[in-house]
Amino acid sequence: MKQFAAFVKKEFRHILRDRRTLLILLGMPVAQILLFGFAITTEVRNARVAVWDPAPDVETRRVVERIDASPYFTVAERLGSPGDIDDVFRRGRAGLVVVFGPGPADEPDGGTGGAAIQLIADGTDPNQAVMLTNYATGIIASGAAAPPVEVRMLYNPQGRSAFNFVPGVMGLILMLICAMMTAIAIVREKETGTMEVLLASPVRPVYIILAKAVPYFVLSVANLATILLLAVFVLGVPVAGNLVWLVAVSLLFIFTALALGLLISTLVGNQMAAMLASGMGLMMPTMLLSGLIFPIESMPPPLQWLSCAVPARWYIEAVRRVMIQGVEVRFVLREIAILGGMALVFVAASLRNFKTRLS
Amino acid sequence: MNDGAITVTDLTKRFGDFTAVDAISFEVARGEIFGFLGANGAGKTTAMRMLCGLSKPTSGRATVAGFDIARQAEQVKRRIGYMSQRFSLYGDLTVRENLRLFGGIYGMKPARIAEKSGRMLSELGLGAERDTLVKSLPLGWKQRLAFSVAIFHEPAVVFLDEPTGGVDPVTRRGFWELIYAAAGRGITVFATTHYMDEAEYCDRVSMMVDGRIEALDTPAALRAAHRAATMDDVFQQLARRAKRVSGC
Amino acid sequence: MIRFLIEKEFKQIRRNAFVPRIILMMPVTMILVFPWAADQEVRDVRLAVVDGDRTSSSRRLVEKVASSGRFTLTDVADTWPAAMESVEAGRADIVLEIARGFEKATVTPDADGSAKISIAANAVNGTKGTLGTSYLTSILNDFAGELLADAGGAGSAAGVPSVVPQYRFNPRLDYKVFMVPALMVMLLTLLCGFLPALNIVGEKEAGTIEQINVTPVRRLDFVLAKLIPYWLIGFVVLGVSMGLAAAVYGLYPAGSLLTILLFAGIYILVVSGVGLVISNYSESMQQAMFVMFFFTMIFLLMSGLFTPVASMPRWAQAIAAVNPLKYFIEVMRLVYLKGSGLGQLLPQLAALCGFAVAFNVWAVFSYRKSE
Repeated sequence: MKQFAAFVKKEFRHILRDRRTLLILLGMPVAQILLFGFAITTEVRNARVAVWDPAPDVETRRVVERIDASPYFTVAERLGSPGDIDDVFRRGRAGLVVVFGPGPADEPDGGTGGAAIQLIADGTDPNQAVMLTNYATGIIASGAAAPPVEVRMLYNPQGRSAFNFVPGVMGLILMLICAMMTAIAIVREKETGTMEVLLASPVRPVYIILAKAVPYFVLSVANLATILLLAVFVLGVPVAGNLVWLVAVSLLFIFTALALGLLISTLVGNQMAAMLASGMGLMMPTMLLSGLIFPIESMPPPLQWLSCAVPARWYIEAVRRVMIQGVEVRFVLREIAILGGMALVFVAASLRNFKTRLS
Repeated sequence: MNDGAITVTDLTKRFGDFTAVDAISFEVARGEIFGFLGANGAGKTTAMRMLCGLSKPTSGRATVAGFDIARQAEQVKRRIGYMSQRFSLYGDLTVRENLRLFGGIYGMKPARIAEKSGRMLSELGLGAERDTLVKSLPLGWKQRLAFSVAIFHEPAVVFLDEPTGGVDPVTRRGFWELIYAAAGRGITVFATTHYMDEAEYCDRVSMMVDGRIEALDTPAALRAAHRAATMDDVFQQLARRAKRVSGC
Repeated sequence: MIRFLIEKEFKQIRRNAFVPRIILMMPVTMILVFPWAADQEVRDVRLAVVDGDRTSSSRRLVEKVASSGRFTLTDVADTWPAAMESVEAGRADIVLEIARGFEKATVTPDADGSAKISIAANAVNGTKGTLGTSYLTSILNDFAGELLADAGGAGSAAGVPSVVPQYRFNPRLDYKVFMVPALMVMLLTLLCGFLPALNIVGEKEAGTIEQINVTPVRRLDFVLAKLIPYWLIGFVVLGVSMGLAAAVYGLYPAGSLLTILLFAGIYILVVSGVGLVISNYSESMQQAMFVMFFFTMIFLLMSGLFTPVASMPRWAQAIAAVNPLKYFIEVMRLVYLKGSGLGQLLPQLAALCGFAVAFNVWAVFSYRKSE
């Protein structure tokens, strides 16, 4: 036990000595949470609108004022001729052009049934385009005789992107630090040959490996705490569910990620390979296929199947449910079981690899 | 201007308030094999890096092959070869490819490179290994190859930093034969080492202690002056004066 | 002599166990796989319905929603709590409740005025919640219009202008078309920024850079010899990606190819400069990797690749203004999708040229051949 403690201390010293890496490891979650919380948003706010109004009158002016007054839009430009419409888009100066009167005569589909108002959106970003036209339609038609509908946004009444991203960032960061760092640390020791020296010592190999993992476990827990504190107190994302379960699920995920890091370290021979394997094999799938930014349901089936093999997918899903939606733990049992199963497989595989390497 | 291969006058290098090289002065004649000795941390490598233009002197001056190391570093570089303590040829290139690269860097024509490397490799006994990746050669061969690369372009001076670390005495002996052959062709050899048997092979030897040169003469004269039977005894006597903790 | 150095780089690239694979794999994953995964289009919203009215009108409404192509009906619940359970278990995204008296209210609009329809969307993913809700409301509005027409009403209510939306440049609103040009930017960033920088740090770690430093090789030659192979590879990969985009997605640049190449050339200079700066300050590959990873993460997120820059708060837009990725992604999308010409892209051109000069000057000054 004493030797084990000595090993753990040695690992901590390694990490503490490389200030720059340590700074990045601790600073990364802070930067990401702040970016995702404040800067990265799919909400529409102050989108730039251009107006082509060949015959301004009180009515059209009122509509333009209403659009400008809404938080979604800023009327940025009034066009001099219908020919400017494309130019405004090509310079990227507006996402939506409001055209009054009948559509521009030179348009092939110009005669759209004498529509009073035409909304021409820049369709290059489809989601933005749909949201812009929907909001604009709503503003123009406000007061129309639509059936009264009561709309409620559950769990996230203001539609803040942070609610969606915080669980994702947790998954990404924990995966990065646990799996990638552990793998690189072990492989570096292999590469420099010091692993041989350690293995020649009377300490059992399993403890050596464990000692490598302990500091990264501690770092991950620190990161988890940072993320949760920032999310709650700075971003105002609530922990709607049971905190104990949230922490428990996170610890399980950290364990799974560490096991994955171990497995990678038994498979590759040098640092470069470890970095590329974890960069390409871990980070990319985690960014793309975990539901962090892109909804899994929108992917074609083969990618959806592939995403099932990404541990972060299950973790992020569980955290979204437990933390944001505040559901009871019985609703995430499937996710917990899958993560647990993955952890067992990783541990078993890396132990087997480790043993064959020794003999 | 004197025509010595290397002239050094009050050369000094400080890192903060630590003086690694403390106003050393000496001269090395053309074609000489000069041993540059000292304990670990005495300042040998720092001095040598300055002479190669890898590090700028804090004060003092030095010329190598007639050019000032501070002001004419690029001319100096064209006339020297260097073999570092760490093996530093490209492990992922073959023997021939390394020769082609370094020959090309010094402006040799491809035809001349091919002709010369063929001859050189057979002299070295490396002819069969010419298409082997350098990283898979044994250490002794790597060192011979690194030396051959360092003198491939016929430099005026070749600097060797601990060229034979980690190999057995027989291999070291073989390596020194290469050095003699190079010196015989008029190449000045400037070598650091901490093997005292190698010091005996040099024409002249300097001993560095705490950043200064404490002794400089032929091996025989040094032994006589210190009433020592071997160079090792000379070294022990001088090194005892060191105040710096030798850093390992 | 630079010829010999470039020759050496190509030999080393070819012999490296990973680099050729990365060069091959990247365009394939980025252009063929990534756009499918990075699809933020909202379709197949899973819907749970609570029909408290159980009339022909309510059934007709449910059918209309289900057949709209936007929604999949996953649950028909009897009560509100039962529908909510579907949402909590992750089986449904939106609950549509039609309250009792819905049909009556549509026949006599001013019966009691209270809302007979409520929608509750899982808004954890804000985009999905908002878009799902707005699809649903527009279907409801259509439905109301149909009912009015059925009842022989006087068409749409007077005084409200009819609104016709039209989507330019991407009429089918295909999200992949939006991502592909931006992903080419990612490719160039990784190939021409990351790889040469890691390569230089690798030589530092191996000690071979010292061997080069005692030779007459000038620092500019050494750096150029590192960059040129990756520039060539970058252009080849860009060409391959454009070919793939045309073959797989039918996506051809709407603007001029020359404009794309010009901007790509300048952008490659920018990212090589960034890579060199990082390599100059890094001692080990691990360090370089982490620094790059950290900055790329920030640059990417703030580039408008996934989320619009215009929606960011003012301070974030200020940071985005010094982000080279943002400009080149803008340019690629503008040229590729909208056919903008050089004259319309002068601000971006100026910005990218500025970055190219700034980073390369910084790189030259931070490089030390001798200390």
